[in-house]
Amino acid sequence: MSRKPYIRTLSSTSWWLAQPRYIRYMAREVSCVLIGAYTGVIVVGLLRLSEGANAWAGFVAAMQTPASVVFHLLALAFALYHTTTWFNVTPKAMPLQFGDTQVPGSIIIGAHYAGWIVISAALLLLAGV
Amino acid sequence: MEMTTTDIVIVGAGGAGLRAAIAIAESNPDLKIALLSKVYPMRSHTVAAEGGAAGVAKDEDSLDNHFNDTVSGGDWLCDQDAVDLFVEQAPKELTQMEHWGCPWSRTSDGKVAVRPFGGMKIERTWYAADKTGFHMLHTLFQTSMQYPSIERYDEYYTTDLLMVDGACRGVAAIEMRTGQMRLFRAKAVIICTGGAGRVFPFTTNGAIKTGDGMAMAYRAGVALKDMEFVQYHPTGLPGTGILITEGSRGEGGILVNNDGYRYLQDYNLGPPDPWPRKKAMELGPRDRLSQAFWHEQKKGRTISTPHGDVVHLDLRHLGEKKINERLPMVRDLAISYVGVDPVKEPIPVRPVVHYTMGGIDTDIDAKTAVPGLFAAGECACVSINGANRLGSNSLTELLVFGSRAGRGAAEVAMAESTHVDESAIEKAAEEARAKVTGLFQNVGGGETISGLRKDMNSTMEEGAGIYRTEESLKDTCVTMKEIHARFANIDLEDKSNVYNTDLLQALELGAMIDVARAMAVSALNRQESRGSHQRLDFVERDDEKFLRHSLASYAGADDPGVDYRDVVITRSQPAERVYGGDQK
Amino acid sequence: MSLRTFELEIMRYDPDKDSEPRFETFSVPCEEDWVVLDAVNYVKDNLDRTLSYRWSCHMAVCGSCGMMINGEPSLSCKTFMRHMPDKIRIEPLANFPIERDLVVVMDDFMDKLASVKPYLVAKEKKAVEDGSYLQSPAQLKKFKQYTLCINCTLCYSACPQYALGEGFVGPAALALAHRYNLDSRDVGRSARADVVASNEGIWECSFVGACSEVCPEHVDPAGAIQQTKIASTLDYFKDLITPGRDK
Repeated sequence: MSRKPYIRTLSSTSWWLAQPRYIRYMAREVSCVLIGAYTGVIVVGLLRLSEGANAWAGFVAAMQTPASVVFHLLALAFALYHTTTWFNVTPKAMPLQFGDTQVPGSIIIGAHYAGWIVISAALLLLAGV
Repeated sequence: MEMTTTDIVIVGAGGAGLRAAIAIAESNPDLKIALLSKVYPMRSHTVAAEGGAAGVAKDEDSLDNHFNDTVSGGDWLCDQDAVDLFVEQAPKELTQMEHWGCPWSRTSDGKVAVRPFGGMKIERTWYAADKTGFHMLHTLFQTSMQYPSIERYDEYYTTDLLMVDGACRGVAAIEMRTGQMRLFRAKAVIICTGGAGRVFPFTTNGAIKTGDGMAMAYRAGVALKDMEFVQYHPTGLPGTGILITEGSRGEGGILVNNDGYRYLQDYNLGPPDPWPRKKAMELGPRDRLSQAFWHEQKKGRTISTPHGDVVHLDLRHLGEKKINERLPMVRDLAISYVGVDPVKEPIPVRPVVHYTMGGIDTDIDAKTAVPGLFAAGECACVSINGANRLGSNSLTELLVFGSRAGRGAAEVAMAESTHVDESAIEKAAEEARAKVTGLFQNVGGGETISGLRKDMNSTMEEGAGIYRTEESLKDTCVTMKEIHARFANIDLEDKSNVYNTDLLQALELGAMIDVARAMAVSALNRQESRGSHQRLDFVERDDEKFLRHSLASYAGADDPGVDYRDVVITRSQPAERVYGGDQK
Repeated sequence: MSLRTFELEIMRYDPDKDSEPRFETFSVPCEEDWVVLDAVNYVKDNLDRTLSYRWSCHMAVCGSCGMMINGEPSLSCKTFMRHMPDKIRIEPLANFPIERDLVVVMDDFMDKLASVKPYLVAKEKKAVEDGSYLQSPAQLKKFKQYTLCINCTLCYSACPQYALGEGFVGPAALALAHRYNLDSRDVGRSARADVVASNEGIWECSFVGACSEVCPEHVDPAGAIQQTKIASTLDYFKDLITPGRDK
């Protein structure tokens, strides 16, 4: 008899359940959907704003329903997850080296968080909060 | 039998085999090369070399210095014409590696950095942190991919050289994934199969280092030269035998006994200070350091552990930064395998079988006595290593003589206008196949591979270890002869074809038994102490009788016959080997 | 030395007899400082000589002995029994065809490694007599990490993209291409781009990051691939702005 290599098959729909690290990856990917949905909500809000005070008031009221609050909390959680997971891998994607010394990952990550805070603060300031 | 016709067959795709292949491809791209290896090239044991490769690099160094260090390090058993050629070619080959991308460690001005090694007057060891062999092997392997004339046959186990009219014209090999025997017809064959450290129980060598090529050439009628010289590396981890590079002493590491005392000063290697200092104390040659351990052990000044006695290699004073930069692998290995962080604690170490100085008898051009057959690397004995190889000469050796073997084989292949007749070589291949078939047919002998291997390992350690006597060697020779006979009674449990490692281990064991017998008988016949060969009953070096290479020739079931050949002496007359305070 | 007995569930596959892999359990008395490979060697030497697997150096540098150990791609010579539960499941590396027992077919990996042209392409060929190229420690450091790959293929076993997609060049090969691209002596980046920057190359990677998590040498192939993506994107825009620029 001779060779008969055996090929193991992988389920194309449930492979990601096999390992915690795949589940974490899928969660990061899925977070895009919620962030996308949230972007849609913002666009609708802008549209309503352009349609006048009544339309805007209706939109604001809709935002205050329990379902909307739950959606926003969920979207916020996923957005945070998305952001932190990406920030945490930035040293891999954008390593910095000055001469002989490698900039520690923590500084690169830290710089991203710092930038995030500064931009958020500036926006809030502009919004007059 | 399926036959592949090529111009040159190379057996073994480690450093020497790959270097030979590239040399052929560069000298004539029309020559077809079949590169056979029982493992994928990057698994070859070159990968495990750590410390570096020697070649004159500094202005204040000279070829003469490298020559003198090598010849005295080898206790004058080196052929001096070969050493001259070797030291002259060394920097060129290492520079060539640089051009191919080898990531040599650098000095701040961008030049290749060198570090000191044992027995070395001025630092000349090129290194890539402490993974030099790994980087050299991968550089060679990756470089080899750009030559279409190099056809690789990965995981082919070569069983026999095929001889036609007294010349080597091909090999028979088992394609491991199918179990089929294949015939390779060629005009020249190069053996680059590495050493045979696995003959011993406690070794730095990987499982693949079973002396296959040595045994193949030996059985085909080439003598095995200087086989009694087996190098013990002074610093291996207890239990596993994992190598802790000499580079760690090159960087300033010290060896201490159970009192924290630098015992090497008691063995003509001192004084201990100032330190670090070349060619003294921990930077003495490997044979002396391993022998000093043996004496310390006899005096009860070593430290006992569950895996035997050890001394301590202390690197703490180097500091974390230097250890991480120069010796990252040493740190990782020590933490992983003995639970010791060298930044905080000394590493337990003991001597461990490391290198076979002897091997297939070749001349300065890597040619053997059989027409068409070449050998290079650890499997060969040119000899530039004499009775004790200088640390970091072997990585350079595989480059220098690998490329010479390649060029020599290319010349032979170009001079031969036609291949040998198919029927003649098929006949030789059928004989090779019959031997393998015979192994399958053995039934009821009752011997096991692991059992025989264990017996071989222990008799070799007991009788042919660091110190030897006539009595111990005679016992070992007798036991090995018995083991050789018992081998005929091995039962293969695995009778299948696909990736049959039971069969492969049996073939490897057969090779090791032949090689071990050559080692033991050559050691028994050498009635002197020289370099790594130390006899308690003949404690002095005897230049009158033994300034000669031993040549063991295969005699089947009988012990090999041992002849001698004068060492080539050109300009360095044998003298006392002086290390430490008395050196000039 | 104290012994502890482990149950090794080893996946077996004999192409002569089996239509699919099966598990066989062995009881192995192990010393405290053993690695999984020592236990597998014990099985081979004492319990079943027909077991097939690859190994050599026993010091995590030759890359032969990769196996799935309790579901995780691991070097069996560097996985310590003292960290293991009493029952250990050992399978051949995932995502490769099984040749026999724990031996997998490596052909695809070897082809992919060669496909990225992993060798130095110098600007002009220098004669050996003219000496070495200069390379500062800083220049060396830029790519050194990516030279450390031992080709153990654990990353291919961990990568779902390699498992699912047909042609993904894969982590180790792309990291090796990156190693040469970053080398100050090399000018071969555009020659490698055909494969590296193709759909089967870096763009097939969705940054799961599993490759870097299992890498025993901390090569970080995931990082290498993301860096290559950035460099390749910059190339695209540079080409857009200055057509026909010298690469």
